[in-house]
Amino acid sequence: MITDTLQDRFPQHLLGAHRYRGQETVLLKREGLLEVARIMRDEPALAFDFLMDLTCVDYLRFGKSQHSAPRLATPSPLPYYSTPKPTPERWERSVPHAEYRFELVYHFYSTPHNHRVRLKVPLAASDPAADSLTGLWQAANWFEREVWDMFGIRFAGHPDLRRILLYEEFQGHPLRKDYPANKRQPLIGPTY
Amino acid sequence: MFLNIGPSHPAMHGIIQLVAELDGERVVGADVEIGYLHRCFEKESERGPYTNVIPYTDRLNYVSPLINNFGYCLAVERLMGIEATERCSYIRVIMSELSRVTDHLTCIGASAMEVGAFTVFLYMIKAREWLWELIEAVTGARLTISYGRVGGVKADLPAGFAERARKVLEDVRQVLLECDVLLTRNRIFTDRMQDTGVISKERAISYGITGPFLRSTGVALDTRKSQPYFVYDRMRFDIPTGSHGDNYDRYLVRMEEMEQSMRIVEQALDQLPSGPLNVDAEGRVLPADVMVDEAKMGRTKGFHQARVRLDPTLEGSNRGFHEAVNPDAKRAVLPAKEDTYGNIEGLMNHFKLIMLGHGIAPPPGEYYSAVEGANGELGFYVVSDGGDRPYRVRVRPPCFTIMAALPELIRGDLVADIVPTFGSINMIGGELDR
Amino acid sequence: MGAVDVSRLNWMTTRVDAALGWARKFSIFQYPFVTACCGMEYMATATAHYDMDRFGAGFPRFSPRQADVLFVVGTVSHKLAPILKRVYDQMADPKWVVAFGVCTCTGGFYDNYATVMGIDTIIPVDIYIPGCPPRPENVLDGLMKLQEKIAQGKSAAPGALLAQGPAYPHLNTGKRPPELQAPHRPEAHL
Repeated sequence: MITDTLQDRFPQHLLGAHRYRGQETVLLKREGLLEVARIMRDEPALAFDFLMDLTCVDYLRFGKSQHSAPRLATPSPLPYYSTPKPTPERWERSVPHAEYRFELVYHFYSTPHNHRVRLKVPLAASDPAADSLTGLWQAANWFEREVWDMFGIRFAGHPDLRRILLYEEFQGHPLRKDYPANKRQPLIGPTY
Repeated sequence: MFLNIGPSHPAMHGIIQLVAELDGERVVGADVEIGYLHRCFEKESERGPYTNVIPYTDRLNYVSPLINNFGYCLAVERLMGIEATERCSYIRVIMSELSRVTDHLTCIGASAMEVGAFTVFLYMIKAREWLWELIEAVTGARLTISYGRVGGVKADLPAGFAERARKVLEDVRQVLLECDVLLTRNRIFTDRMQDTGVISKERAISYGITGPFLRSTGVALDTRKSQPYFVYDRMRFDIPTGSHGDNYDRYLVRMEEMEQSMRIVEQALDQLPSGPLNVDAEGRVLPADVMVDEAKMGRTKGFHQARVRLDPTLEGSNRGFHEAVNPDAKRAVLPAKEDTYGNIEGLMNHFKLIMLGHGIAPPPGEYYSAVEGANGELGFYVVSDGGDRPYRVRVRPPCFTIMAALPELIRGDLVADIVPTFGSINMIGGELDR
Repeated sequence: MGAVDVSRLNWMTTRVDAALGWARKFSIFQYPFVTACCGMEYMATATAHYDMDRFGAGFPRFSPRQADVLFVVGTVSHKLAPILKRVYDQMADPKWVVAFGVCTCTGGFYDNYATVMGIDTIIPVDIYIPGCPPRPENVLDGLMKLQEKIAQGKSAAPGALLAQGPAYPHLNTGKRPPELQAPHRPEAHL
């Protein structure tokens, strides 16, 4: 129902919405992020006072690993334990991976209503930037610094966008899928 | 004047750097530098199967690793749409609460030591040692336990656990009483703790602070109550709240929470049902002791739509092609070690779960699950692309948000107040920097 | 020096270095460089239950200039490595280093862009205590081995007065000799 409220108020900003395993997700265009977030915080019917989490997902290799192919279909009369239970719910990202490589994921929680919602903002690889929410929630400050550090996404209006977990000499953004997991950039000592 | 504290400083348990701007003895500003313990939990999680993440979760909040274990397992289970069995949920509640007590003991003990009460530290570590021995009896390890499994737990409780746990809890209560006498009305302690590190309710919420830290400001928010998981909705316990939002209230909230946790453990021990422990990858209950591939052994009685053709001799060229010999996706939980090393089915099952491309594979999707960690809401956001390894695992670290508020907490206080304030945050490096 | 009934002795002979070593091994002033999970086991070992004080190592000095044994407890990341090196350089000779936990020994199961693959790539190490984290008994065992080493007057510190010569001559060159280089490890599961 949170989805419906948002859909009624901001049809121009919404890219889509879905519900999966009981969790509501709203996809937003990045232009509408600040406006929608402010309403979500201030509107009494929504009243999301907590920005619980802010992170990002890099969809560069989504579904492309050799092990993410669908399992081999076994002939139908199966022993009981390998009969796949029909999954009533299907999940889709709603936007093409090729066009939108990154996706900012915001998790909100409302103390008065005890409900949660997930807000997602897809971003193109060519221009990974979004508006900063530091003006609305203090929590956004460090979370956004971390997303910048790990994914290289810029937040317009952030007061102090520096690396937080890594050091300034570090080149690249390690949680991007194209950064090799053990490519070291030591300050002193050998590179192994 | 600028005062540089850390990264390797006796009062900074854990490694952070704090550059405090001073006016005389007052702190007027501060800059916090973290990340010295960045161990790439999130990147490492993407490299292996779902089961491989569990040992890494131990080392997130290494003071209460069991809660991390179960938090991650819960997220993957919900993503797969399966539900742990009743007995398993009870065991998870018991172990989580024991872990929470050890966490609070360490936090209070360490911060008491830093303000000069070394005796309390020794007492509390003594109590923690008893709890660790209890945990070791269940999990086989003291600290990094890897006890949680997707769909269950590693092993059942040992015989005589309930009596032993009750005895330990009695002893811990005694220690808490002694520490309460030493600290709560101690003039030196109260002077250091009261009215230092104050934060208001609104600011705390804006910073995204949860857990004992938020409750000390008077907000009764606890994921165990507000959105119950496991079997917390069947437990009777109170959420202690403070009113000042200072270090002293946080100390009292933690002391009270330990008592409440011990009550939860006792209730769970009373209600603990018998029954199966683990479920398979599709949420069906499997008896804990049955590791033998039933169909392969020919025991197909009661199987729905089972069609098993066995060779008369079980040997021959087509042995590998039995339709029923398909341990793939059968179990989510790794078989017990005695089965892995003791019989061929256990070994096969283990191998099939560990081998690339054959482990647990949730359908494509995403899930954010929140459990109440010792420092606040511990969230795991798992994204699956249908493969056997997580596409993305994100932890919402509870003490990250509290550390973000540290400059505001110490502003206006004296330099000496940094130490108790930092102690009451209970910063855990593994969780903060991941 | 063996068990001697000291009360019946008026005098005894020994070598100066043996006497020094004997005295040193029971007055270990340690600097705990605690970073991570191993710190929990370090706390457990140091406090009453396992009581490190029995070995004369009960008194941590929180200034490296006053310490003679550096306990590196927990994972060391590349961000932290310069600080570790600096702390080590500040310690006065004679000095010893204990690598506490498998992360400090080899990097443990963290093989990624942020972690140092063993602190011996940065500073010389005397005693390795493996385990993730090591049990207190294991730590005490390592401490006793360190005591033996101290009593014999050995130290891995390059240029130490006690040592026969630099044990790691390649350390400052930035290159490992071929016999010490780890074999190339291709990505096992990527």
